[in-house]
Amino acid sequence: MAPAGEAAQAIATLWWVMLAGSVVIFLGVVGASLLPLVLRRWSAPSARAMLIGGGLVFPGVVLLALLVAALLVGDRLSPRGEPGVLRIEAEARQWAWTFQYPDLPGQAATEGVLHVPVGRPFEVQVTSRDVIHSFWAPRLGGKIDAIPGHTNVIRLQADAPGIYRGQCAEFCGNAHAMMDFVVQAHSPADYAAWRAAQGATE
Amino acid sequence: MSDQTPGAPAPLSAIGRHKALERLWGTAPGWGALSAVNHSTVGLRFIITSFVFFLIGGVLAMLIRAQLAGPETDFLDAAAYAQVFTMHGTVMMFLFAIPAIEGLALYMLPKLLGARDLAFPRLSAFGYWCYLFGGSILILAMLGGVAPDSGWFMYTPLSSKPYSPGINSDVWLIGVTFVEVSAVCAAVEFMTTVLKIRTGGMALHRMPIMVWYLWVTAAMMLFGFPPLILGSVLLELERAFDWPFFDPTRGGSPLLWQHLFWLFGHPEVYIIFLPGAGIISTILPVFTGQKLVGYAWIIVALIALGFISFGIWAHHMFATGIPHLSLAFFSAASTLVVIPTAVQIFAWLATLLSGRPRITLSMLYFYGFLSTFVIGGLTGVMVAVVPFDWQAHDTHFIVAHLHYVLMGGFVFPVLAGIYYWLPHFTGRKHLEGLGRTAFALIMIGFNAAFLPMHLTGLWGMPRRVFTYGGEMGWDLLNLISSVAGFILAIGFALVVVDVVQVARFGRRSRRNPWGASTLEWGMPTPPPAYNIGSQPHVTSRDPLEDDPGLPAALARGEGYLGQPRNGWRETLSVHMLSGEPDQVVLLPGPTLMPLWTALATGLFFVSFLFKLYPLSAIAFVLIVICGWRWMWASGLREDVAPVDIGRGQTAPLHAMAADPPTLWGMVFTLMANGVFFGALVFGYLFLWVVAPNWPPPALLAREPVTPLLVLAGLATGLAAVWRGARANGESRAADSQTWLLVSAAAGAVIAGGALAVPLFTAPAPNSHAYAAAVTFISGYLAFHGLIAAILSAYAWARSRNGWISAQRAVEFSALRLWWLYLGATGLISLALLHGPAWMS
Repeated sequence: MAPAGEAAQAIATLWWVMLAGSVVIFLGVVGASLLPLVLRRWSAPSARAMLIGGGLVFPGVVLLALLVAALLVGDRLSPRGEPGVLRIEAEARQWAWTFQYPDLPGQAATEGVLHVPVGRPFEVQVTSRDVIHSFWAPRLGGKIDAIPGHTNVIRLQADAPGIYRGQCAEFCGNAHAMMDFVVQAHSPADYAAWRAAQGATE
Repeated sequence: MSDQTPGAPAPLSAIGRHKALERLWGTAPGWGALSAVNHSTVGLRFIITSFVFFLIGGVLAMLIRAQLAGPETDFLDAAAYAQVFTMHGTVMMFLFAIPAIEGLALYMLPKLLGARDLAFPRLSAFGYWCYLFGGSILILAMLGGVAPDSGWFMYTPLSSKPYSPGINSDVWLIGVTFVEVSAVCAAVEFMTTVLKIRTGGMALHRMPIMVWYLWVTAAMMLFGFPPLILGSVLLELERAFDWPFFDPTRGGSPLLWQHLFWLFGHPEVYIIFLPGAGIISTILPVFTGQKLVGYAWIIVALIALGFISFGIWAHHMFATGIPHLSLAFFSAASTLVVIPTAVQIFAWLATLLSGRPRITLSMLYFYGFLSTFVIGGLTGVMVAVVPFDWQAHDTHFIVAHLHYVLMGGFVFPVLAGIYYWLPHFTGRKHLEGLGRTAFALIMIGFNAAFLPMHLTGLWGMPRRVFTYGGEMGWDLLNLISSVAGFILAIGFALVVVDVVQVARFGRRSRRNPWGASTLEWGMPTPPPAYNIGSQPHVTSRDPLEDDPGLPAALARGEGYLGQPRNGWRETLSVHMLSGEPDQVVLLPGPTLMPLWTALATGLFFVSFLFKLYPLSAIAFVLIVICGWRWMWASGLREDVAPVDIGRGQTAPLHAMAADPPTLWGMVFTLMANGVFFGALVFGYLFLWVVAPNWPPPALLAREPVTPLLVLAGLATGLAAVWRGARANGESRAADSQTWLLVSAAAGAVIAGGALAVPLFTAPAPNSHAYAAAVTFISGYLAFHGLIAAILSAYAWARSRNGWISAQRAVEFSALRLWWLYLGATGLISLALLHGPAWMS
């Protein structure tokens, strides 16, 4: 809801399409089940036709279409290993987030705030120091688990400058509910200024 | 119909037969109730106990909703909230849903099959005690404030020792495993019963559709529970002895837990849904006056569903970073599962559309089921779509989805079933007024509570948060959910009141009040302990429709086994495909043995919980003694000619038959065991693939002595058992006993050789997950060698005491199966234990 990035936008579109389809299917099935209560006399369609049509053909076609769409969208959201894409390392721990910027000098790191430029895809490499957490900035896109001993990557993009709320999505102990962070999306000028303040020389 | 052989006692009157059978099959009152093994009694105990747990789970749900009703509530703190939501999920899944299904199947299966009891009545009772004790451990821990608190799927490392140092996680692992013992017992029993313990003429294609549903459910339980039991054992070993299976710093992986858990956890959803769907397929024909459309279609769909459900566990793990190609596979498989479900829904619609529905309470719940479950199914398709799942995963959208599926797919059908079979359980007919009010409250409460939750989730509210800020904009939706949740709870309370008052004060019902056609309605209600005076010969799926006079004829003893004799509890066993009678099974009567065995098992688990490991060893010995005496109690000491079974036919007693139910019990036990072992091999290979530097070369050492010892033991033992069986078949008892002693010794050698690995050659199991895995596999092999030795010794003792002859040889058949299993798993174990060293 209220998507603010390419990934979130694609998912939101998918959702609206699926919701519309679901409402139609729901009304169809429940409506059909009520027919014999409403109509006194009528001739039912053949059982065989219903089983083949409703049980096999209809779901088969719809699901195939949905799968193809899902694969296409999923592929757009996956990291592609493009050269020059902005990479950030996120490390979760009970109950906070640290973000490191490998392209900045001196192991620059921020606590609880992820700085990114607008309009440019970035990849977050997510891992954890203790238990499993999950990185999620709802308005930017999907989530990815932070697992100790593993590094997972998610590709996101913010379309407009601003502050986007994020939080841990995997139950990780008592303060799970408070384990939030923000993604601060800077306009190009702001972003350059922020980088300079971190000691980047460009 | 006169089927009495000459010289048989005069036929009894219907009343005389009732009294004689009731004496044979009844359970003594008072303390005697502890010895009950009768399936109706044990089944009702399961059902009632599971509903008590349902009410406990419901109270926990109300605590959750009270906490979330507004932002920043301080009704519960974070720690208490974690226990509450963990216990809500655990209680509902493990202590309510699965046992309720077991109870329903225990009670119904023999009646649907026209039989007098299940294949292994003592196992039913044992399962009940395990369930009751295991569930009590969890509830007692909760009352003591040390309930599990890592979420009902217990993800490591949160549930591991460093992050959960208290006893809480141990309570979950041990309590739930104890309860799962009962689920595996039930699965073995149901598999065997459906295959063998049917009435005459009931070929596979004449089984009531509900039996097919329960059978597929049992098969899924048989294959689904062992991976979770393995996971729980491994995690408990990690917690108790620091064996690092799930610790990434020492060669383990936290993802191994997730794979093992969901390997169980996804089939679990269908294990819960299928019996609900079976109830729908049972009641719909009755209340529409129209035969079920697509019987064969549904069966194929069920079996397909069973298979597919084991291929889609990873769809709970879309956000764990598994490769995109695997995501595509699991996503495709997850959507594929819709097709068998759609086939069933359209079979129901076609039945409905070609019939004339009678709107009873059960039918109201059918409509409640259909509308709710379709919504749950559609949101299920949505979350099978990977990119959408990345957004919805672990939010309240999932909470809403799973409640639509489980309430829609299970609770509402069960309510339909309760009102359908209430006259059967109680012999009384209900009035519908109060039930309809409860139905309205439940439907309104449920939808108003959970429909908004989809939106709460999409607006960004994760699941399992104990509080949220007022600025998030989630207050109104949460308040609606909470208020509606309490309406829902009032609805359920009314159902309880309704059912209790019907059971106490309802008017007596006539037999078969709905005009159903299946055999469970062909007996007096409430059912007598023996179910039916004699067992029918069926020629279709609808015996009561073919012959409305059948119940009276059966009471007059005009079917099979209508003449009580010798104090035997008899039920018919059939050829599994054709349904022709092939043996008479003599079932055990009331005994305290299941209770003692369950107590010994409980001692084992509780001693583990409190880390009193010497006591665990004593408990293990007690379990072996109980098991020995348990098995000893059945069988024959002399050969008996085939006996009259009525209708002019004879059949051998099961102890004289080639494939008695005991043998099938062994087959299915070994299948469950094989799944456990398969999951173990999977775990070993999984760690090999995902963990770096696995196995660590420093830990590998070539060592030829122990594998050769084990190989020699396997070869000797297998040969000895075969030679012994042949000698027994040729009535050379003394020779066969010698061979049995040889095989017992061989089993001991295998156990010794396998134990030598961890004791002398392997590195300390807490040093690395590879060392832990080697130790565990060695222990598995040693354990199975030990059991092989005990079973061989048991067969030797049976033979010495005259319980075995050339014809009465089930001990040998079962022993051969065990040794074959040991041979296969032994070779694989040796490859896993020693292969890496010799390959390097």
